[in-house]
Order: sequence, then structure tokens, then C-alpha cells
Amino acid sequence: MQKKGLELMVGLFVLAGLLALAALALRIGNLGGVSVSDGYTVTARFDNIGGLKVRSPVKLGGVLIGRVTDIGLDEDDFRALVTMRLAREYNQLPADSSVAVNTAGLLGEQYLNMEPGGDDEVLKDGDEITITQSALVLEDLIGKFMFNKADEEADK
Amino acid sequence: MQAVRQLGAGVLNMLQGLGRSSLFLFNTLARTPPLLLRFKLVNQQIYSIGVLTFFIIALASFFVGMVLALQGINTLQRFGAEESVGLLVALSLVRELGPVVTALLFAGRAGTALTAEIGLMKSTEQLTAIEMMAIDPVARIVAPRLLGGFISMPILAMAFSVIGVAGGYLVAVGLMGVDAGAFWSQMQAGTEFGTDILSGIIKSIVFGFVVTWIAVFQGYDCVPTPEGVSRATNRTVVYSSLAVLMLDFIITALTLNSL
Amino acid sequence: MPQTDDNLIDVRDLQFGYGERPILSSVNVQIKRGNVVSIMGPSGCGKTTLMRLISGQVRPQQGSVTVDGLSVPELSGGELLNLRKRMGVLLQSGALLTDLNVYENVAFPLREHTRLSEELIRKIVLLKLQAVGLRGARHLMPSDLSGGMARRVALARAVVLDPVLVLYDEPFSGLDPIGKGIAAKLIREMNDALGLTSVLISHDVAETCEISDYIYLLGDGTVMGHGTPEELMASQEPLVQQFMNALPDGPVPFHYPARPYIEDLLGVAV
Ligand SMILES: Nc1ncnc2c1ncn2[C@@H]1O[C@H](COP(=O)(O)OP(=O)(O)OP(=O)(O)O)[C@@H](O)[C@H]1O
Ligand SMILES: [Mg+2]
Repeated sequence: MQKKGLELMVGLFVLAGLLALAALALRIGNLGGVSVSDGYTVTARFDNIGGLKVRSPVKLGGVLIGRVTDIGLDEDDFRALVTMRLAREYNQLPADSSVAVNTAGLLGEQYLNMEPGGDDEVLKDGDEITITQSALVLEDLIGKFMFNKADEEADK
Repeated sequence: MQAVRQLGAGVLNMLQGLGRSSLFLFNTLARTPPLLLRFKLVNQQIYSIGVLTFFIIALASFFVGMVLALQGINTLQRFGAEESVGLLVALSLVRELGPVVTALLFAGRAGTALTAEIGLMKSTEQLTAIEMMAIDPVARIVAPRLLGGFISMPILAMAFSVIGVAGGYLVAVGLMGVDAGAFWSQMQAGTEFGTDILSGIIKSIVFGFVVTWIAVFQGYDCVPTPEGVSRATNRTVVYSSLAVLMLDFIITALTLNSL
Repeated sequence: MPQTDDNLIDVRDLQFGYGERPILSSVNVQIKRGNVVSIMGPSGCGKTTLMRLISGQVRPQQGSVTVDGLSVPELSGGELLNLRKRMGVLLQSGALLTDLNVYENVAFPLREHTRLSEELIRKIVLLKLQAVGLRGARHLMPSDLSGGMARRVALARAVVLDPVLVLYDEPFSGLDPIGKGIAAKLIREMNDALGLTSVLISHDVAETCEISDYIYLLGDGTVMGHGTPEELMASQEPLVQQFMNALPDGPVPFHYPARPYIEDLLGVAV
């Protein structure tokens, strides 16, 4: 009888561990959000992806629809080749949608922002998104700004 | 001259201890697989190591979570970002405080108990008696305890994080009026399972292993007298706390770099 | 003295010391199968140490220890375990497992080494506990036992696997005179009924002489005398005389080796 009690307590203990794991995964973390594991893959080419990373979010209208799964370099034209996986539930995106590297806030994390197009065709697994916009690189902007200023000064 | 000699002796002693404890660990690990057939022995240890530590962990984590929320809101208010308190509480707990504080409490509660128990068995000749009954004390006494500690610690650490978040929720939402929806959504958006949570779990597994190892070794290696046992118990707390904090730094550095 | 194969234990020219300090030197002990053989000697002379050598807890620096034809110091871990399964040992401190009750303590070796049914284990354990008079105490924890009771439980545990050889380190200490008599008889009866060989370490001359077939007297790190109880009782050797008749004065030093007391008292520099 005593042994039964002990086994029961150990069982409860292990159960508590499993529940904690589930809570960590689903409630505290975001594993339960979009599940991209059974989604579809599309690619896009950028001149500059800035600080984009593998696992960076892909959003449409602020809603998380997928994640970056791979970042490489196209050997032919030397542009960044980004592979992303989009959730199965968002499989009605127009084929002529565009995608841009955006920054959350002024100095925040970088993510891919998708703008839907108007095409009747939809994006399918393996498609490439052709209309892309590169990351704004703060240093370049500042550089340009200074350059313009200098030009203005010179014109005077 | 005297100092140099003492330093040398100290270093030699330390190396010797490291060697002895490693050999001891290998010996114990080699005797672990047969335990899977006699899991009752391990069950018993999970009970006395894990279940009996659970209540301390639950209580401590609840308060830690509440304090985190209070402090967090206090600071975040200045930037008008109280909603992020959920994220702050969750990340601190999951990545650092959960595994580390649990490991420290675990060393104090379960580790010392293990050392004292094995040390007493040694000093009262129970280990010799077991050996004389043709039973290997490492296999029968030490291995189930090592395995029990190894299994218990991650469970305790995960419980710590979850209960701590609950404590933080109580303070932030219940007491300070933070919006519940914002509390959860900020937390979920910022806490990654693959990196934050998993790295916390990996930490707790490593800590559990190391603390239990130190505890059983100190017990088995102690001078078999009451004084020797009390010293060994002392060493368990000191060594495991230091080991946990050092390993925490190393693992954090490794996981952050690999991102 | 017989030196053929009917010796279960054969210790020859044994020399041993903990660290630098020699404890035993040129010890020769032969123990015949089926006998109850006692080892007596003043406190601290190395009786427990001799038992440790026989059970393979420590290795001799010189000489040989043979048990049942096996050279104990040369056995591997597994072989030693096998030998110990046929050997029951009662340690001087009893050393019951403190987290198990009396019943479970006696059942412990059975549970570890056999796959007997619960019913059979119960039968064997109760039989052994009955023999030491503690069947009624089977639910007590070791902390609730008196020293003498704990020793009797340890005695029951030492013989629960029906060993070939039993080593008893001071089985009578902590027992009242009645208990001593009963324990002595028990050891003798078990020895004869089960065909064991028993090695007995004891200080109690009367009980020991009554049940022993042969006695070794240790002193000064070596064997000072041996023989049947009658031979020893009749011996004219001063040391044997002193021990067997419990005379306070004689060749056995009561003191641990030290410089003269007067020097210590006067504080003479070392
Ligand atoms: N582990 C040890 N390390 C160092 N010295 C020891 C150790 N065990 C015993 N000794 C020493 O060895 C000597 C013999 O000890 P042993 O225990 O064999 O004596 P004994 O004959 O059993 O005495 P008693 O009748 O009092 O039990 C003692 O002088 C003791 O100081
Ligand atoms: Mg002794």
C-alpha cells in the first residue's frame, strides 16, 4: 500500500513535468502559433537582406504567416536567396505579391513583410516571389543624406 | 616557499579529486543500464529526490515570479512598456532563473540529503555490509540515485518556470492592472521554443547531472566519520553551486554565439 | 596440524599493515571444513583485519589467503562477488540498512540474489528471525532496536542465503548472558545442521571454548597459540594462560605502543 502511494506521487510528479513542458511550449512560447512545419516553401531574391536571419518572421499586414528557413547566395547574380516557409492555412496569396525586408521599430528585429498583389493565380510550393525590396541600411541612408547636404552646400 | 608548496599540493589534490570523481562517474554510468529492468529502485529515488523537493521549488518559484513582475513593471513603466512585463518575466525565468535557481535549491535540498545518506551508509559500514552480501554498492546504491537526480532536475526546472510565470501573471495582471491579453501575446511573440526554452531545458539537464554527480561522489568518497560526513555535505553545496554558476555562463555563451 | 584439501581457509605467512604501521606478520591459520574455529585475542590485535583479509576487502602485503581453493587477493571483481555469495559475514557493527525494517533487512540478500516468490521469502525470513528470537520484532526499524537485538538481526541476515562459510565478528558483544548462551548454541547448531564452516571472533572465553573445535590466539600481530579449547586451557604458556584465565597482569600489553607514561606526565620534549 505504501509502495502504491509512492508510485502515485512519482507518477504525478512526472505528469507535472509533462504539463510544464506543454505549458512552456504552447502558452509561454509560441510553438502553438502558426505551424510552418506542414506549410509550403517559396523563395525570393534580394540585393541586401540586412540583418535578416534564419527563423525571422514573415508577416502580412502584421500577422505572422511563416518563417525564414534558409538564407544563401545565388552564385549567378550574387543576390541573396531567401527561402521561407509559409503556413498551409495561408495558401491563397496572389502570385504577384511582393516582399520587403522591414525593421520592427527604428532599431528592432528585421522581418519579411509581404504585400499582396492582385493576381488570380496563387503562390505555390517552390514559386519565387519576383518583386522584392531590400533592407534599408541605416548607414547608407545617413551616408546619402550627408552627401546630399554636401552637394547643396556646394551648389550654393 | 611554503606558500608555493601549498599551492602545488592544492592543485595536485584538486586534479586527483577530479580524476577520482570522473572514474567514479564512469563506474556508476556503466552500472546504470541494468537499472532499467529494476526501475522500482529509481522510482524510489525520484520520490525522495524529486517529489520531496517539488514543494520548495513551487513556493520559491512563485515568489521569484512575483518579484520579477514587480521589478519589471517598475522599470518598464518609465518607457511606457508595462505590457512587455510578461515577456520579461518569461524570458528571465525560462532562460536563466528557472534552471539556475532550481539547481541551487536542488543542491541545497536534494544534493545534501544524498551526500549525507551515502556518507552515513559508509560510516556505519552499511556499504561494506552490502559488499559482503556480494552486492555491488555502486550499482545498488549510487546508480539509482544518479539516475533519479538526472530525471528529476529538468522536471523541477520546468515547473519552476511555469509556476514563476503564474506568479508574475498574478502580480502584473491581478495587482498592477496590466492587460491580460497583452501580457500573454507579448510573451508568446518574444519567447522562442527552439532557442529560449530549449536552452533552458538543456541547462537544467546539465545542472541536474552535475549536481547529482557531485552529491553522490562526495558521499561515497567522504571520510567515514560523523565529521567527515558533515564536511562532505558542506562540500556538496559549495562545489555544486560554483559548478552551476560556471556552467551557466559557459552554456549561455555557447548558445548565444550559435544564434 | 592438517594441511590438506579439507582446509576451507588457508592463510600462510601473511603480512599486512595499514599504511606504514604493521598490524599482522607471519600469520598462519588453517580452518578445516565443517569446524567452528575461533580467533581470540586482545583488543586491537588485528582480528577484524584478519577477517577483512579473508573476505577480500583488503589485500595482504605478503603471503597467501586461500578460501575454498581460490586465492582471494588474485580474484577479479566478479569472482570475488561469486565467492562472497557463498560467504556470510557478520560485521562487528552489525551494519543493518537503516532505511529498511527488520524483515526487509533479512530479506535483502534474498531479493538481490534470488528470484524466489514472496511467499517463499517470507518463510525463509521468518525461519531465520525465529532462530534469533526476533520474529515478533520484524516490523521494527533498526533505530528502534537495542544493540543486542540489532546484532541478532544481523546474525539472521548473515546466514539467510545458507552460505558455506560464515564469518562472525564478535557476535556476542552487546548480548546479555542468556543471549550469549543462546547465540553460541545457535552458531554451533547451524554449523552442524547446515554443514557450514564458521569462523568466530570473540572475547568471551567461556562461550567460545564451549562451541569451538579449534582456537587461534592472536597477539602482538601474530599467532601466539592455537589448539583445541582443552589444549589451550591446559597450556602453560604465559600469554595463553593470561588470556584464557582473564588475568589482568601478564605478557599482553593493555596499552597502545607509547613512550613511558612518566615522560608524558613530566612533559619531556619529544
Ligand atoms: N582502516 C584502518 N586504517 C588504519 N588503521 C586501522 C584501520 N582499521 C584498523 N586499524 C588499526 O589496526 C589495528 C587492528 O585493528 P582491528 O580492527 O583488526 O582490531 P581487532 O582485533 O578487531 O580489535 P577489537 O577486538 O577491538 O575489535 C588497530 O590498532 C587499529 O588501530
Ligand atoms: Mg574488531
